[in-house]
Amino acid sequence: MPTLPTPTSAYGARVRAWDWRRALSPTGNTGDAVFRAALFGCALLVLLLVGAMIAAMASNARLSLREFGFGFLTSSEWNPVSGQFGALPFIYGTIVSSLLALVISVPISLGVAVFLVEQAPRRLSRPITFLVELLAAIPSVVYGLWGIFVLAPLLRQYVEPPLQKWLGWTPFFQGTITGIGLFTGGIILAIMITPIISAVVRDVLAAVPVTQREAALALGATRWETTRVVLANGGPGIAGAIILGLGRAIGETMAVTMVIGNRAQISASLFEPSYTIASVIANEFTEATEAIYLSALVELGLILFLVTFIINAAARLLVWSVTRGTSGTARA
Amino acid sequence: MPTTHARRYATNAVMTTLTAACAFFAVAVLVLILGYIAYRGLGAISFQFLIETPKPVGEGGGIGNAILGTLILLAMACVVGMPFGIATGIYLAEYGAGRFASLVRFLTDTLTGIPSILVGVFVYTIIVLPMKQFSAMAGGVALAMIMIPIVARTTEEMIRLVPASLREGALALGAPQWRVTTGVVLPAAASGIVTGAMLAVARVSGETAPLLFTAFGSRFFNVYLDQPMASLTVQIYNYAISPYDEWHAQAWAATLILMTLILVINITVRFFTRGKI
Repeated sequence: MPTLPTPTSAYGARVRAWDWRRALSPTGNTGDAVFRAALFGCALLVLLLVGAMIAAMASNARLSLREFGFGFLTSSEWNPVSGQFGALPFIYGTIVSSLLALVISVPISLGVAVFLVEQAPRRLSRPITFLVELLAAIPSVVYGLWGIFVLAPLLRQYVEPPLQKWLGWTPFFQGTITGIGLFTGGIILAIMITPIISAVVRDVLAAVPVTQREAALALGATRWETTRVVLANGGPGIAGAIILGLGRAIGETMAVTMVIGNRAQISASLFEPSYTIASVIANEFTEATEAIYLSALVELGLILFLVTFIINAAARLLVWSVTRGTSGTARA
Repeated sequence: MPTTHARRYATNAVMTTLTAACAFFAVAVLVLILGYIAYRGLGAISFQFLIETPKPVGEGGGIGNAILGTLILLAMACVVGMPFGIATGIYLAEYGAGRFASLVRFLTDTLTGIPSILVGVFVYTIIVLPMKQFSAMAGGVALAMIMIPIVARTTEEMIRLVPASLREGALALGAPQWRVTTGVVLPAAASGIVTGAMLAVARVSGETAPLLFTAFGSRFFNVYLDQPMASLTVQIYNYAISPYDEWHAQAWAATLILMTLILVINITVRFFTRGKI
């Protein structure tokens, strides 16, 4: 049975200084107060988790932070034997592989999203949407396995030789062709982030009011010209989707580790093996027996955390600005 | 002008074809990957393979302990992660108007984008280091941490779909808020919440990076939570980067098992929620 508020607390006939039930829930019901407090505690846990992650990593990275300071970011020597640790090769590998993935993935993702939202008939767009979403359901390690045994040999035989023949004069396509390296890593990342980018772009396009399309069509625009209007309207959201994809690419671990070659070096050539921040953590964490080694790896983790956190936060805000803004104007 | 007209329509035709080609390309990649897994996996799978433990190269062996390990880790992740995830989702949906709730919503969304390997690093520092041992428990907690934000957001969305009239009806009958939520809103949203939970399980079952230095891996059947535990994904990884053809074949077979689990969950969910999500 629900307990009704007593007249004393409801009308304040006798002044109560503080009622815990009212403090916790506006209804003043005991059950409500307990229920709400419990739920609040769980929600608070999410907040605490983020804080705890930063605190735990920062405290474990202390040793390395003190030892190398800012030089950690600019030194390219990574030598566990001599105890010298610099993050530059990993930062380079992470940035180049992620950018390569974006260059390949963005046009395709936009194409997929435009096709599904603007062009395909409903009975075609439903199943294709599901199939593209399935690409996102494939685990990273499975992409890695496929990358090692299918993609890498394929690139080594049919893609990299012609690239080197035509573009070998640039510094980007020189060196020995092995099928393992930055290029393969970038392509596997591109495949992995395409479903993520296209899913968000789909939401963004769907949030653009239908009146925009009707207006363009009424002015005699072709379908593609209408689509360009829609794309321009969804601009910030699409930017958000791309940044979200970048965040995924930067943090992707297993698949990249399996095909990028794992060598801490900085080379302009995309055919050379490289190393990413996430990969070096995955590979060397269990081997790190010395305190300073482990600390340097945790500091890499801390850098990765802060970067992906900022990227994801920015992306969310951009996407929200479109999906919320348009629903607001539609209501107004 | 007719030339402009022709050019505009030609552009339209070209762009329409290109976008369709993009979609076709994405689907083709999916078919290629799944097809190759089926081809290599079916060739290497046997009943023995499903129940035995790993053996040295040349002696066969199987992934029985890895299958059991994955199931135990998933169960543990559900026990730890689901209650928190669902409770956070309910909070966001039912009391989620204020600034605190916006912050939580924002952080859960951001957390889903944090690389899963960092969850492994975090759990390593708070559980493995103090215990001085890799353990299944640490693996379960790591997976639970990945699960919580996913479950929280799907739960919130599902609860928001419950019509306000249901809540108002119950409130009008004199039920307190908590009875309305647990007795009326949750049952109405139950199928959606279960769906979200299943998708979270599918997503987490493929995680490798957070298990590398928490559950670590094991060559034996293990049910003790304070001991290292094998999992399908870590086993696939270890076999894939090994130099032996026999282990590569086993990696494909293990992948077939893992992908079957993931696809069955995804397709079942899709079947039951046609048109709802």
